[in-house]
Order: sequence, then C-alpha cells, then structure tokens
Amino acid sequence: MDSASDAPLLCTPLHPAHVAAGARLVPFAGWEMPLHYGSQLAEHHAVRSGSGVFDVSHMAIFDLSGAGATSLLERVVANNVARLDGVGKALYGVALNEQGGVIDDLIVYRRAEGYRVVSNAGTRARVREWLAACNSSGATIAEQPLAMLAVQGPRALQLFEQAADWADLGSLPSFSAAERGSWMVARTGYTGEDGCEVMLPGDEAMALWNELLRLGVTPVGLGARDTLRLEAGLNLYGQDMDESTSPLVSNLGWTIAWKPAERQFIGRAALEAERARGVGERLTGLVMEARGVLRHGQPVRTAVGMGVVTSGIFSPTLGYSIALARVPQNGSSPAEQQCEVEIRGKWHPARLVKPPFVRSGQRVFE
Amino acid sequence: MSDIPAELRYASTHEWARLESDGTITVGITDHAQDALGDVVFVELPEPGRELGFAEETAVVESVKAASDIYAPIAGTVIAVNEALVGAPELVNQAPYGDGWFFRIAPAAGASLDALLDAAGYAGVCAGESH
Repeated sequence: MDSASDAPLLCTPLHPAHVAAGARLVPFAGWEMPLHYGSQLAEHHAVRSGSGVFDVSHMAIFDLSGAGATSLLERVVANNVARLDGVGKALYGVALNEQGGVIDDLIVYRRAEGYRVVSNAGTRARVREWLAACNSSGATIAEQPLAMLAVQGPRALQLFEQAADWADLGSLPSFSAAERGSWMVARTGYTGEDGCEVMLPGDEAMALWNELLRLGVTPVGLGARDTLRLEAGLNLYGQDMDESTSPLVSNLGWTIAWKPAERQFIGRAALEAERARGVGERLTGLVMEARGVLRHGQPVRTAVGMGVVTSGIFSPTLGYSIALARVPQNGSSPAEQQCEVEIRGKWHPARLVKPPFVRSGQRVFE
Repeated sequence: MSDIPAELRYASTHEWARLESDGTITVGITDHAQDALGDVVFVELPEPGRELGFAEETAVVESVKAASDIYAPIAGTVIAVNEALVGAPELVNQAPYGDGWFFRIAPAAGASLDALLDAAGYAGVCAGESH
C-alpha cells in the first residue's frame, strides 16, 4: 500500500459531509477518511448506547453473475457459498492463497441473480486481480462504485427505517439482506451491536446521511470503528491477519467449510497439512485491568512461549485495556491463562480470555 | 489553528511551562499536542520529590492513539502533581492550559526557562509539523 502513497487520496461521496461535520481526516488505504469528528470516545459510546453512522464507502463491492459465479466462489472462499440456500442470505469467509494465507476476509451475499462480495478497501486491487485470475469458469465480475453506510447501535434499525422509509427491517434475520431498486440493506456490521449496512448509489448517499444525522444518529469515524470491532472480538485485516497467517491461527477456523471433502477451495491442501502437523498458535483475547494500554506489536510472555499483541486498545466500554494476541497453543487451566505483556520496557500482568469482549453493550468474556 | 497563549514558554516536544508568582514552574501539554493525541485515557504522573534533569522523561500520556512521554522543560524537583488527571484524564483534552496541567517543579539553582520557545517560536514548530 505504501507504493501508492504518492497518489492523490480518493474521496467518498460523503467527503463534503465529513468536512462540514468537522472531521479529522486521515489517509486510509488510499482514501481520505474521517478518524473522528471531535471525540472518538463519545462516538464509541454513542454506538453502544444509541446509534452511529459510519461512511464505509471505501470498501470494495464486486457483483458476480453468470453460470460460473458459484464455482468461482466455491474455489475462492474457504467458507462454502453452497450454504447460501436462499436469496438475501449472507456468509462471512476468507479468501486464501495456495499457502493457506489470508488474502482477505469478506462477506458474500446471495442475490436473485448471482452474488455480491464485499471486501476490504486496502485489498481492493489484490481481490480484484485474484478473482480475475481464479475465474476459469467464466463468471461475470463487475466492481460496483456504490456508496456504503453502516448504521449501528441499539436504536440504529429504527432510525434507519425512519430515515430511508424502509419498514420491517427488524424481521430480516441477522446476516441477510434485502434489495429495493439499487439499494441493498443487510443486517450486518462490525461493532457487536444491532444495525444494518446499506449499499446505495453514490449520488443518493448524502441525502440519507443528512437525514440520519437530522434524526440524531451520531457520525462515527475510523477511530471508534476500531475500538468497537475489537470489543466485539472481530479481526482487522492487515493487522490481526494477512497473507502470512492462516485462518487457523487467526481465530477463523469456524469459517472453514471442510465438508464436502471433495470441494477443492484454494488453500485447502495447505490448511489440511497445517492441521496434520498440529496448529502451533492461536489468536485470542487479552485483558489487562491495571492501568496502561495494550497496543499492536507488544510482546506477550505466556507459560508456553512468546506471542505478540496484534491489536490493542483502551476499551471505552470496559474502562481498561483489551487486545487480540497471537500466542502459542496451550491448555485452558486458569494458571495457563496468566501472561505478561511488555509495555514500554516493563512487564505487566495480563490474562488470556476468549473473545468477544463486549456484545450489545455488555461485557461477555469470563 | 490551536491555542498558544503568549504568556507561556514551550518545548519543541509540546510541553508548556508557566512561571508562577512563587517561582515554581507548572507544566502541561499544549492544545496542539492534545488535539494530535486525541482522547486521553490514562496519565502516569511522577512521584512528588523526584529530582528531574532538563528534558528528562517525567510523565506518560496515553491516548486512544498512542503513548507519549512528557519531558521536564526545566531541571528541578517535583513539588506537586495533578491527581485529578488519574480519575479524569479527559481534563487534558478539555483544558490543556488549565485543569489539565500535569506537575509543578521547583527549579534547580541556576535553571531557567530561557532555553524554551516563546509562543511565536512554538507556533513555528506546529506549522512545520502540519506542513
């Protein structure tokens, strides 16, 4: 991504709204995006207690259609798109390279005709090229320049329904989507709260954004997006996983569809070999209730060897620091969950826990 | 544009220093610094009585974004710390030159603030950073 750092930054259709709202704008994956609109902590709390709206128009959207679309996705996605047994159903999965490393994590939605794939902004070019390279089945791949808003929080659905005049979203099951004209609304998100994500034409995004703000929805930047997703125990691509780490050491084993055994998704052979050797590491949660902040890159000392913090934050909901860390495999006795983290040259006691940390505003780990 | 009071002196590492009427020096971080750090979540303060050399690491401020050292803008002895920051670190964001102060120093013999920047000089440092 650094090679593109001299290129002018891209702007989403909502860029003028961010400027008007007083956003601190920062470069992110080639885009100029809002980090916060004054207070990252206040934005975080707004999503946990009420509602917030995120501009996620920088994310990549690919529509796949034609007779070859299903077989392309069956090869590219380690989860099995055959599980999408109805229009509007969605699943989370990873695309792997031949070595079993994670090219990206993505959501696949089944549509009336074909599929929609939503993947990360930072991997847009890599995923575009990978889909094209793997497309031996003749699928039509269309990258969609749609805007995307995430509306999240306990009041999000109700306020979105009001803003978009879209009734009965509450009856849409989690991880499914509905379409109306060129809009798609999905019961998905990256915060651990109820809510939806809406994909819509760029020239219609500003009116929706303004209406949501008028109804009292808080605009939320990338800073709070990161603390919300980490409290929810959700990985960030490029930080908690990348092409050098397999899903088995990234807390994503649950997204691998091993059956049917004859489905040869890319990376399967490498993952089977890794399982046969014995998976040596795991990505898990870390909690430090004493003062201080866990951050990316800090060394972790466990009873069975060294690990590293992949993402660390001060948790605004909990009032202390939490992290995801990649550590050696160990047992589950309480003593083995004690560890130490090196912060600025000193070792501090911490505890390994099973993420997530927060769901629907409440602490959920033990 | 951030607030840079004319009556204070500044270090290029974004501390401000105020000479009090009793000759002691109050230290905090600038409006520019708190704005760049974002919401402050923890502050680690020095022990009162600690002897400080010029530019010695004295305190730590942890924000949502990063941990930063606070350096002593003058040699001397810590005579007071702002305990309010332990329970309310957001004071650093809300009032960086007021209730968000960090610690107070009795200057060592011969120590002065002359090596520090005035407001115009510090404004130049900030302008250089935001290019």
